[in-house]
Amino acid sequence: MRGDSLHRVILHADLNNFYASVECLHRPALRNLPVAVCGDPNLRHGIVLAKNYPAKKFGIKTGEVIWHARQRCPDLVVVPPDYSLYLRFSRLARKIYLDYTDQIEPFGIDEAWLDVTNSSSLYGNGEKIADEIRARIKYELGITASVGVSYNKIFAKLGSDMKKPDATTIISPNNFRDLVWPLPVSDLLYVGRATEQKFRRYGIKTIGDLAGASQYFLHFILGKWGDILWSFAHGQDTTPVAPFGEEGIIKSIGNSTTTPRDLENNNDVKLVIYLLSESVAARMREHGFKCRTVQIHVRNCDLAVFERQGKVATPTHISSEIALRAMELFHANYRWEKPVRSIGVRGTDFVTEGTPVQVSLFINEAERKQKEDLEHTVDGLRQRFGHFIIQRGIMLKDRKLTDLNPKEEHVIHPETRRC
Amino acid sequence: MACKIYVEVTARFDQEGSVIPENIIWEDGRRFEIDRVLDVRPAASLKAGGCGIRYTCRIRGRDTFLFLEENRWFVEAKKAQRR
Repeated sequence: MRGDSLHRVILHADLNNFYASVECLHRPALRNLPVAVCGDPNLRHGIVLAKNYPAKKFGIKTGEVIWHARQRCPDLVVVPPDYSLYLRFSRLARKIYLDYTDQIEPFGIDEAWLDVTNSSSLYGNGEKIADEIRARIKYELGITASVGVSYNKIFAKLGSDMKKPDATTIISPNNFRDLVWPLPVSDLLYVGRATEQKFRRYGIKTIGDLAGASQYFLHFILGKWGDILWSFAHGQDTTPVAPFGEEGIIKSIGNSTTTPRDLENNNDVKLVIYLLSESVAARMREHGFKCRTVQIHVRNCDLAVFERQGKVATPTHISSEIALRAMELFHANYRWEKPVRSIGVRGTDFVTEGTPVQVSLFINEAERKQKEDLEHTVDGLRQRFGHFIIQRGIMLKDRKLTDLNPKEEHVIHPETRRC
Repeated sequence: MACKIYVEVTARFDQEGSVIPENIIWEDGRRFEIDRVLDVRPAASLKAGGCGIRYTCRIRGRDTFLFLEENRWFVEAKKAQRR
């Protein structure tokens, strides 16, 4: 039956209110109070990252700022996030999934797809496996999960969102028209704000509307994504669930931060870009990669975001080269109409460290080698004596902005195929 | 309400790599010998708040849960016991 998409059995497991559930498990006294896990307001990370069901009743939303949430619910209990604890629970959940299949594709820290097509003869049908997984998560981890069972990844994900908490939803070829088609089109994976707006212009509001539209027309307005979304709406998604471990293939390494105060000028930005580039470069060296492309991510104080990327002359994991390229990208694309709130640097398009490169007549390779050696030495020092044992002079210009160690302190959620 | 108390434990590691707790040493130094381990399974403690490997232990004729959370042991204790 392998390869026959109609017969696949795909589960999508979603740990309900993940951060908040883990916190409430560890603090029994808070369980019945409205609780929100929030970033540190003093560092301007003060938004709701997750909330429990009592807090949801007050209409508190993820991504909302704390003071706004407090207006709705003055007794809201705010707890700081503990990422290492969440990672532990994520790992434990994955260990449970591994008892049923080796095809597990994590999607963020709290969600995963499981292909159990070939496990059905051992453990029963999709619904039975889903119920067992839910029961085990509840018993062994003390939190709850919603599971969607379907014959493709897209519908399985929609299913896990339908009934919460601690429920199994089955979307089959027979019932998907009744269950999926009335949903708003924005519920579909990959339909973001821009696509939704475009759809609205043409009167496409639900997934059913999308399915009913002509594929030719969708191709006309969205290109190949039109075809893909059309097939999603019809349940014709055939993308496989990646085997466990494959998500470890790193496609990019990045760090970003919301700075303690808005960045007002190029000098401020330079500080932060150097800080982030050092961490990105160090992490690339750790994994033995060099990047050929540098990306930046900029969010201004109105929360408008843009991303830009550019090639580097030679594959590199030298922080100053990455920082310079990032600065160039920033200068070329930012007009300083508004101060900057958060910034990110990412290296991508990797080659492995030992890959032979074409040396250039116009680049001083001896100097580059010296820089590489220097950075390896810095890595060694930091590993032995801590991050702050050695720093660039520029970091001393504004301690408030640079007083963080992005490499260790900024846990990047294990997003699929990113590191 | 129960609370989470981390305790000192002496344990035996067998050739298979299994860990079998033998004694619990209470905060005040009292030592409780575990007569038998009745059950071992991963489980959450909703009472104390945590999760790990749960050992159901018989101590002086009474069954108690002892949890191994990463590399620390805890028990679900009544508040009064703490004093």
